[in-house]
Amino acid sequence: MSAEHASKRIIEGYVRGGADLSADEVWAVEAHLETCRVCRDGLSAAVDAGAPEVARLVDTVWSGLEPRLAVTATMPRRRRWSARLSRWMTPTMVPWLAMAVGVTLLTLLLDRVYAGSGEVSLVLLLAPVLPVLGVAASWSRGLDPAYELTASAPRSGLHLVLRRTASVLAVVVPALLVGGWATGVMVVQWLLPCLAFTATTLALGGVIGVTRAAFVLAAVWAAVVVAPTVVTSRTTFALQTDGLPAWGLILALGLAVVTARRGAYTLLGAHR
Amino acid sequence: MTLGKNTGEEHPMTSAVSTADIAPTAYAWEIRAAGLKVRVGRKRMAVDGLDLSLGIGVHGLLGPNGAGKTTLIRTLATVLRPTEGSLELFGESVGGMGEHRAVRRRIGYLPQEFGYYKRFTVREFVEYMAWLKEVPKASIPAAVQRAVERVGLADRADERMKALSGGMVRRVGIAQAIVNDPTILLLDEPTVGLDPAQRMRFRELLQELGTDTCVLVSTHLVEDVAAACTDVLLFAEGRLVFKGPPDELASVGGPEHEGDSPLERGYSALLLNPEQTRGTW
Repeated sequence: MSAEHASKRIIEGYVRGGADLSADEVWAVEAHLETCRVCRDGLSAAVDAGAPEVARLVDTVWSGLEPRLAVTATMPRRRRWSARLSRWMTPTMVPWLAMAVGVTLLTLLLDRVYAGSGEVSLVLLLAPVLPVLGVAASWSRGLDPAYELTASAPRSGLHLVLRRTASVLAVVVPALLVGGWATGVMVVQWLLPCLAFTATTLALGGVIGVTRAAFVLAAVWAAVVVAPTVVTSRTTFALQTDGLPAWGLILALGLAVVTARRGAYTLLGAHR
Repeated sequence: MTLGKNTGEEHPMTSAVSTADIAPTAYAWEIRAAGLKVRVGRKRMAVDGLDLSLGIGVHGLLGPNGAGKTTLIRTLATVLRPTEGSLELFGESVGGMGEHRAVRRRIGYLPQEFGYYKRFTVREFVEYMAWLKEVPKASIPAAVQRAVERVGLADRADERMKALSGGMVRRVGIAQAIVNDPTILLLDEPTVGLDPAQRMRFRELLQELGTDTCVLVSTHLVEDVAAACTDVLLFAEGRLVFKGPPDELASVGGPEHEGDSPLERGYSALLLNPEQTRGTW
């Protein structure tokens, strides 16, 4: 007798109607048979050998069922990859992510073409706001038709928000990595603002809605960092290595707020 | 005991009945609200002081447009937070902050605007919803098949959603709502877009579900209520105007009230103010 399976004695007793088994044994063997293929095979062999009248009954039922089963549509085995992917990102996020990657490549191209026009890297300027686009699309009432269903599901909430955010970062960060490497910007110099912005979007999103938060933060970024940099042609303090501790602080604060207000992401309000 | 312990993924020993299934219920009502108020926007109270206890059965939520039906159903689905008062689902308070995952696993919800992904097949969409509802992975295919069969879409299960008619999409919506075998089922205008034959079939399904589920159906079609509901909730301006069996609602109306059926006359008797003139909406 194997450690995981029902013994021959129990299976044969069960085939004989279970009269010589105790009630808890019958219950346990039935529950086990539901989930164990090996024991079901054992059961069918025991039925063939020990209980011909049961075998005959099963045959009668089968011959009645078979013509009806033949016309029933069977479940397809193959599952499309897009359906599995939907656990990580909604189908509506795909074009937005494609756009984020496209913008990265475009800035890289611009950086190359205007390599001599000052010390400002466009990749560095855009890195913080690019993932925010994807995050906005992942939790948006306007873009995601199933937003209300998603919000009402038990899996909704912080868990799903972080899952979708992670998939956004998984697409955007490698693109930026290539861009940063090609333009010679230090990884930490853009990665930290990038993560800090993402965390702040989620934190603010719990209050005013993720999509709104993304637009507000992108606007703030454009006004406070991009505009002065373009005007003066110099990398602002915010993006120099001295600014890194500040970005780290923002990231930590953002994550703390997100964790503390985790209940907010289960409500419809987070989808604005 | 000759049956072995659970040692691997392949032959897990599960009991036939889980402890959750045989545990006695610790609550009197599936849905219980006391003094419930829900604010929508800055000022408007869409639900304004509601006392309600609902148990197993089919409850029809009737009321004019803008009465607060959708807000009430959203609050019960825990996607809106009550502004005031208490709301208990399965005896557990859902008023405060929190994710309410255990409660949500036992709720089925069909929103009024049922959005879906056009490129998904019916099966893929219901599977995705089952995943979102944390149905155990091993039982998802069977649960999806059963839900799709119950709404009569088994032969279209592998077609893309964009190829379906409006009525079929609505039925997919019902299928996703029942895929987790909910104990509270919230349906917001489920009969919109269904043709008469489908509506009859849907009422049968409602009655079937109502034997072991607390079903709340919002509708503005009085005949839906008459045919399928065990009791009627009449809702107007955020308040409960009437709660009782359909016959009782019918008996309120007299020949002087507007309407083509006894229920419609009862509806207008309770809702329309005397000063409201004919022809106003």
